[in-house]
Amino acid sequence: MPDATKFLSHLELGETDQTFLDSNELIINMGPQHPATHGVLRVILKLDGEKVLGTECVIGYLHRGVEKIAEHRTYTMFNPYVDRMDYVAAVSNGLGYCEAVEKLMNVEAPPRANYIRVILTELNRLASHMLWLGTHALDIGAITPLFYTFRDREEILKIFEKYCGARLTTHAFRIGGCLYETYDGFEQDVTRFLKFVAPKIDEYEELLTTNRIWVERTKKVGYITADDCKALGVTGPVLRASGVQWDLRKAQPYAAYKEFDFDIPTGTNGDTYDRYLVRMQEMRQSLRIIDQAVGKIPEGPIMAKVPKVIKPAVGEIYHSIEAPKGELGYFIVSDGSTQPYRVRVRPPSFVNLQALDQMVRGQLVADVVAVIGTLDIVLGEVDR
Amino acid sequence: MLDYINSYLSDTVHVTPGEAGNFFWALVYIIAIFAGLSVAVIAMNWLERKILAHMQIRLGPMRVGPHGLLQPVADAIKLLLKEDILPSEADPLVFWLAPLIVVWTAFTVFIVVPFGPTHAVTDMNIGVLFMLGVSSLSVLGVVTAGWASNSHYPLIGALRSSAQMVSYEIAMGLAVISAVLMSSLNAEGTGTLSMIGLVQAQEAQQTWFIFKFFPLGLIAFFVFAVAMVAETNRAPFDLPEAESELTAGFHTEYSGFRWSLFFLAEYSAMIAVSSIAVTLWLGGWLRPFPHALTGETWDLVFSLFPGITFMFLAAITFYSVARMPKHPYFRVQTIGLAGFGAVLALIGLALFAPPVRDRIQDVYWFVVKVAGFMYLYIWYRGTFPRYRFDQLMKVGWKVLLPIGLGVLILTAVSGIVF
Amino acid sequence: MADETKAPAPPPSGEPKDSQGKPNPPSVEPVPAKKPGDPAAPANPGAPGSVATGSAPAHHEAAPAKPVGPAATEWHSEMVSRLTRQYGSGIREASTYLGQNYMVVDSSLIPELLRLLRDQEQFDYCVDITALHYPEKEKAFEVIWILYSFAKNERIRVKTEIVDGQVVPSSFSIWPTANWLEREVYDMFGIRFDGHPDLKRILLPDGWKGHPLRKDYGIIQQDNEWVQINLGIESGQ
Repeated sequence: MPDATKFLSHLELGETDQTFLDSNELIINMGPQHPATHGVLRVILKLDGEKVLGTECVIGYLHRGVEKIAEHRTYTMFNPYVDRMDYVAAVSNGLGYCEAVEKLMNVEAPPRANYIRVILTELNRLASHMLWLGTHALDIGAITPLFYTFRDREEILKIFEKYCGARLTTHAFRIGGCLYETYDGFEQDVTRFLKFVAPKIDEYEELLTTNRIWVERTKKVGYITADDCKALGVTGPVLRASGVQWDLRKAQPYAAYKEFDFDIPTGTNGDTYDRYLVRMQEMRQSLRIIDQAVGKIPEGPIMAKVPKVIKPAVGEIYHSIEAPKGELGYFIVSDGSTQPYRVRVRPPSFVNLQALDQMVRGQLVADVVAVIGTLDIVLGEVDR
Repeated sequence: MLDYINSYLSDTVHVTPGEAGNFFWALVYIIAIFAGLSVAVIAMNWLERKILAHMQIRLGPMRVGPHGLLQPVADAIKLLLKEDILPSEADPLVFWLAPLIVVWTAFTVFIVVPFGPTHAVTDMNIGVLFMLGVSSLSVLGVVTAGWASNSHYPLIGALRSSAQMVSYEIAMGLAVISAVLMSSLNAEGTGTLSMIGLVQAQEAQQTWFIFKFFPLGLIAFFVFAVAMVAETNRAPFDLPEAESELTAGFHTEYSGFRWSLFFLAEYSAMIAVSSIAVTLWLGGWLRPFPHALTGETWDLVFSLFPGITFMFLAAITFYSVARMPKHPYFRVQTIGLAGFGAVLALIGLALFAPPVRDRIQDVYWFVVKVAGFMYLYIWYRGTFPRYRFDQLMKVGWKVLLPIGLGVLILTAVSGIVF
Repeated sequence: MADETKAPAPPPSGEPKDSQGKPNPPSVEPVPAKKPGDPAAPANPGAPGSVATGSAPAHHEAAPAKPVGPAATEWHSEMVSRLTRQYGSGIREASTYLGQNYMVVDSSLIPELLRLLRDQEQFDYCVDITALHYPEKEKAFEVIWILYSFAKNERIRVKTEIVDGQVVPSSFSIWPTANWLEREVYDMFGIRFDGHPDLKRILLPDGWKGHPLRKDYGIIQQDNEWVQINLGIESGQ
């Protein structure tokens, strides 16, 4: 069993009045405004020269009190709020919430809605990973992949816009299914997009995977073992890159994932390079899922029979999905009224960020930026 | 003085103005180099932004002047008009001095750079050594810049920059010695450190040193090419000035005109080390195949290249003019671009004239080769991620240095054996 | 601002069939086995739904205004029998609702039971730690651990009820992931965890007074003093 004392992430911030040339240890602040940290994240580093002795993350700059707001909105009204947490993968957030409420109401979305949900969620996973790739590469110094991935992500956002009118915070799903029917030409657009993007993913790999400098910057950087991942509650590609083949889409399938054939890519070393490879493979697997789904969307209604006023019975539910960043869970407590009694969001980025200290100890300062990038955190989700 | 000009124009002069003691003509050359460098830096700025943008599937500056051609002018004006901030804790004299040192060293090296057999300000018999030595002095400017700012991040950045530059100079030096050794493979057995002498040695040995003792010349060239990128703090070795790293560069505290001096010095240094590379390995001002393809017709063909280049650039410009949108908003830009194209075409036509085209050959080939290096610099910046500092030092000391030594020894051995 | 939350919520129409548009008909008891207290109490100022439900039964006493779901059934498993044999009445309740297993345990069992769950029952992944506030109940807070076992692919919830001010032993030494999760519970609810290495606020600034997710903290309430001192906003808003 892991020794918990090695996970202490707080620092003794005592000796700050000595000049930095006197003592060997230096406390440096990577302030909330910084080009590298994805959002407003403050990391206080304790350094010995270039080596990191410990870190402390100060978060909460983007805290908006979403959980408190949820107690004062009806279930339907709260749906758009959910997109704004992990704003990069808004569709996944919506999927998790809608499915959680549906479970609480003991209804099931019809098959057609499930297929549409799967297609949009996998497109969203692709978009999220593309953004991750661009920003991660930018932090490490490769300035070009950012523009390529954003260009290709535009195509996905165009599909979202045609479907529900919004590119980023989509509010695509409703409790009980989908509100919007797929537009005319949806399948053609998606199929054309799949053909368009497959060689692009190969292009990104060509730029980075065997690039000597990329390999040196990412191999053996930000190392974490599988046991530490499980003990720290880290999920998602980080866990898979450490060797644990676990994906909620296969372990506890939801929304039509049972019907698709896809692999779970895993890594062996648990370092940044493996996480990069795992996410690239996940992009390809997403393409595979979409390819299978788009051909055979079943006919039928897109919305289950759900009352206009959503009033689940008294009770609680915890439902989690495999968001692009990890296990995104919703714990909803209902008191029988139209407004939830408590909505707790279990954000993957929040829990993954705890692992930063563990991953960065003993490495150099330039690696801190790489590790924050590889954890793929979105501060909207960390702070809610 | 007039004698010199006459003798120059009648092609009977065989030495550079500095060697001939002709102060006035040397001054003309200095001013010409200064002007040429300034134009080159401005052009580099525009080219870098446009080429990098096109590599990143975007357009780059398009609005300031047609296709952003006036962007560097706008940048220069902005920098000149910016507030000159002097940090309160900074040492004012040293703060003022640091950019000057860097610019001075970057410009001084050009007095030995040969654009032709007599087209240099002067030709010292220790030309290459002089260039390497003076460009090393820029490290002093970097350190003083970091120190004078009196704040941790620039100081750490400056120390890193200077460590990087010093480490890679060793590798550069070893590669240079290999080339100098190759220049000694003539009948007298004497090599030369003089820049003009090195090109003449390549001419005499009828091979560019990059192809000499294949692959040794190539490896030496490669070592120098990598070291020169690190020397000038450019990607992928630009950790000290990267934005997303913790320690910002040594020029953090500088703003406005002072910052533009650093930037000017960086580009000049890039051109300077590229000139060394071109002179030592790529045959300097020699046209391709001066001995293999000889004769009147070949001479004529190669002498048409400068004119053709400018006509080609003019053609591209006119094509862009044709593609400009027809909206009245773009009228001024279209006219400007057409005017620019006309100027390029006129220069091209002028370069076809026989008296000009015989004399412009050397300068043209030299500039083309250096321009190729500039493109490589921009290409590296768009493609490679950044090296971490310890990896950067490792490459300098543990990879390039042994390879440089190896090439040196093998070159010496090959020189004796062959 | 509080009015906005009231306006769009239509009052329940008191038609029991519509509000129960579910595939399964409700089971026998109209009241589910687990009732989290009566939220229609005035201690919940921002829930107009409850106020409205209060008015509905005036017309229909027989039909419950609250929708009825499936009842929570007892959770039978070897693990539960092992635990009840070991702890007896400490395990107050072990039920299944909508397919999800949970158990309510006495707060004295807490670090020991959780450690046992990790070591012997292989629940090596602590998914979440959170809390609920029921101000009308005597034991006002409920702390919930959601645990998952990779080996068994099983997820359970362990709940315990505590009074306001009671200190809960920290699970940091069992699952290091509890570090930030417990800090957030402390930040939002004010529940202190004994044995936590660094229990301080995580999402709200350090000097903040008040714990927002408690039911007696208003939706637009802020720590005006902190805002005035640190942000220089006089009104505090």
